[in-house]
Amino acid sequence: MAATKTRPLSPHLTIWRWGPHMAVSILHRVTGGGLSVVGLAVLTWWLTAAAAGPAAYMTFTKVMTSPIGLIVLVGLTWAFFQHLLSGIRHLAMDTGAAFDLGINKLFAVLTIAGSLFLTALSWYILMGVGK
Amino acid sequence: MSVGDSSTPLGRVRGLGSAREGGEHWLTERVTSIALLLLGTWLVASLLILPKLDLRTVLEWLHAPSGAVPMALLIIIGFKHALDGMKVVVDDYVHEPGNNFALNTLLLFLAVGGGGLALFALARIAFGVVG
Repeated sequence: MAATKTRPLSPHLTIWRWGPHMAVSILHRVTGGGLSVVGLAVLTWWLTAAAAGPAAYMTFTKVMTSPIGLIVLVGLTWAFFQHLLSGIRHLAMDTGAAFDLGINKLFAVLTIAGSLFLTALSWYILMGVGK
Repeated sequence: MSVGDSSTPLGRVRGLGSAREGGEHWLTERVTSIALLLLGTWLVASLLILPKLDLRTVLEWLHAPSGAVPMALLIIIGFKHALDGMKVVVDDYVHEPGNNFALNTLLLFLAVGGGGLALFALARIAFGVVG
């Protein structure tokens, strides 16, 4: 369709000044993708390993407590909390609420602060118990 | 668009009208997200509360209905929500109909296959085939 090539396109990511609202919107999609692919893969591997017996479970534990495994697990924890909190924000916005710039920005910042806090808290508890 | 079609893009859009579908997909995404708000929080809380995460403890936890039933729901609804979310991403970025269909079909197979695998592993644990 040659005619459409010269038609103006609506501005995309590159033209806007970055702000918390935009970052959180993108983070919601990125963390959702991460949870869908990596999160569900780890969950499925964990369950199949537990069902398969001690040797398979040992392999899973060894990989997941290695430095790379821990980075993946901490990343998934953060992705879970970020997606959960920005998901709540989206549910609120689906009702038509919180579209004013000030409150919208505040909620966006709160989801980031909240996800970082809950991730730190979760791993503090996990490490403290020494599992 | 067939060869020799002289209608303008706007004219074609007017001829097609609205998609007349998609509302159910949108709503399902929201309803499953509310369920996962509960089930995801349950999983994280369980992992933090369990005294240890060794094989014996995990098998005992998932053998009891209080562990097995929420986990089964988490698997089914989690994979469904992931599939719905990934479809939005694919539809946003992959416009060529053949590629779009191929990717969405691949995602469907991965979600059903992964969910089936995870459910079967859980069933073995829950019904006491292992542990």
